[in-house]
Amino acid sequence: MVMTFVFAFIIGGIICVIGQLLMDVGNLTPAHTLSTLVVLGAILDGMGLYEPLIDFAGAGATVPITSFGNSLTHGAMAEAEKHGLVGVLTGMFEVTSSGISAAIVFGFIGALIFKPKGNID
Amino acid sequence: MEKEQYQQLEQNVTPKPPYLKNVAKAFFVGGFICAIGQAVSLFYMIFFNFTEATAGNPTVATMVFFAMILTGLGLYKRIGQFAGAGSAVPVTGFGNAVISAAIEHRSEGVVLGVGGNLFKLAGSVVLFGVVSAFFVALIKYILVTIGVVSW
Amino acid sequence: MVIVFQSKPSLLAGGVVAGPLENRSVFSQYFDAVYDDERWQMKTNEQGHRKMIEEACEFAMKKMNIQNGDVEYLMGGDLVNQMTPTNFAARDLAIPFIGLFSACATSVSSVIIACLLTELGAANFSLAGASSQHNSIERQFRYPINYGAQKPQTAQWTVTAAGYALIGKHREEYPSIEAATIGKSIDYGMDDPFHMGAAMAPAAFQTIQAHLEQRNQKIYHYDLILTGDLGQLGLKLLKGMFVENGVKNEELTFLRDAGAEFYGQDEAFQSGASGAGCSAAVFFSYVLQQMRAGSYKRVLLVATGALLSPLSYQQGETIPCTAHAIEITMK
Repeated sequence: MVMTFVFAFIIGGIICVIGQLLMDVGNLTPAHTLSTLVVLGAILDGMGLYEPLIDFAGAGATVPITSFGNSLTHGAMAEAEKHGLVGVLTGMFEVTSSGISAAIVFGFIGALIFKPKGNID
Repeated sequence: MEKEQYQQLEQNVTPKPPYLKNVAKAFFVGGFICAIGQAVSLFYMIFFNFTEATAGNPTVATMVFFAMILTGLGLYKRIGQFAGAGSAVPVTGFGNAVISAAIEHRSEGVVLGVGGNLFKLAGSVVLFGVVSAFFVALIKYILVTIGVVSW
Repeated sequence: MVIVFQSKPSLLAGGVVAGPLENRSVFSQYFDAVYDDERWQMKTNEQGHRKMIEEACEFAMKKMNIQNGDVEYLMGGDLVNQMTPTNFAARDLAIPFIGLFSACATSVSSVIIACLLTELGAANFSLAGASSQHNSIERQFRYPINYGAQKPQTAQWTVTAAGYALIGKHREEYPSIEAATIGKSIDYGMDDPFHMGAAMAPAAFQTIQAHLEQRNQKIYHYDLILTGDLGQLGLKLLKGMFVENGVKNEELTFLRDAGAEFYGQDEAFQSGASGAGCSAAVFFSYVLQQMRAGSYKRVLLVATGALLSPLSYQQGETIPCTAHAIEITMK
């Protein structure tokens, strides 16, 4: 029980460290960094490595943006298994889109209630 | 002064990013956000009958909700300045990218402003997520078809 | 490059207003007004930006007891797309107007044009200046205000401020402009939009060099050479260029930068302040007031501007920069 939190902390932290290195050493913008990590998540899932990571680290693997690439790939592969080639295209958003739908809904609500503020602290 | 000479001077004067400090901050803040995610997962598993496999979806949505509040109050950018990738890489950073653009462009209206600019920053993440998922799944499909691997 | 003004037009008054965060500026005591609301009670940032420009102009006119109708020309600019805040302020001020874009060097390029009009005899009074409003500029050049990207130590903070100067025919008791240098657009191959000081320093260097050479002056002829928004690192680089050129370090104590000093040593602002309003606010408040008080007799104001856009940056272009200078003396 306690260990799941420790593993989530460590694995999540390590994925963020990879991101930080891409930014600082690789000189990438945040957008480039996040795009790279998403592709990484998709590839790891293709190799069947991301699911074991989720089993091990829980939210440490589902909360970082890599999980977005993973779940898209997962959906595409699951549909492809059932329906063949066409499933590659149709299955993508099947498994999960909660990050996107939540961001859209909360983005809309946020836009209605908040104003941009140029504060520094 | 020649260009090359100036670029040399610029290299000498410009401070390098504090690599170790930045990495440490990213690790601890990123890890902390994921630990909160774990707590949220646990909450859904205990009170709403989600399983370990299905708890990911409501967890992500809840984390994005937290991101909305922090973004709207102007706190997320302060966390971001401190933590760098530590707050950009978790899904809350994705939420922050979408929500900050939405708030910013509210002044141009809900349709052209919010609608047109919602994915201004986060769009590339969706693009590369979908395209890479497509190709990864396609390659896997081909490999399965020719019998190299199985699903 | 150097223009010598025979009639020595005078800087009769300055009007400077700034936003809430600028309360922290070491120069804030010299500003005419510092507002609590970054949007000036308006609905959008851009409307607030416009309002700020109008108020800066009004402060300048009030000090000389004149009205909009007495001012022949308005010269100015900002950093928003197509400069709508300044254009719209010109609509409300109803003064014949030309919008100028030299990025953050507009504070001086506008004064140069106003001096030329004065020298020509075309204007008794003209207003010249520049402005920036943090929120509307950041969204234009970088990210949404609430986006959590980590800024490097080389970054500068766009100030919310408008500075406008009232320029008229020569009067003994006011600081007067003897000469000006219009800078070239200089590109030393810098391409980091979060390190503007490094891109702009060579432009400042070349303009100062050209001015001193053609005026037959040395740095020590000036009580103050104040560049506009190189930031702490940019100023370091500028000094480095002078040192490499054989100027001694102790001569460089009169070389200062408005952006480097604007927020003091507060690390939250990284390398210091920037934005068209930064140099304008410091030049037309602090410098003018110090000159009238007699602290400085001869000053060179060098406003620097990075001539990039988000588009040019994304297309992989380097950042060309410019610097314009005016030499001001006080009897």
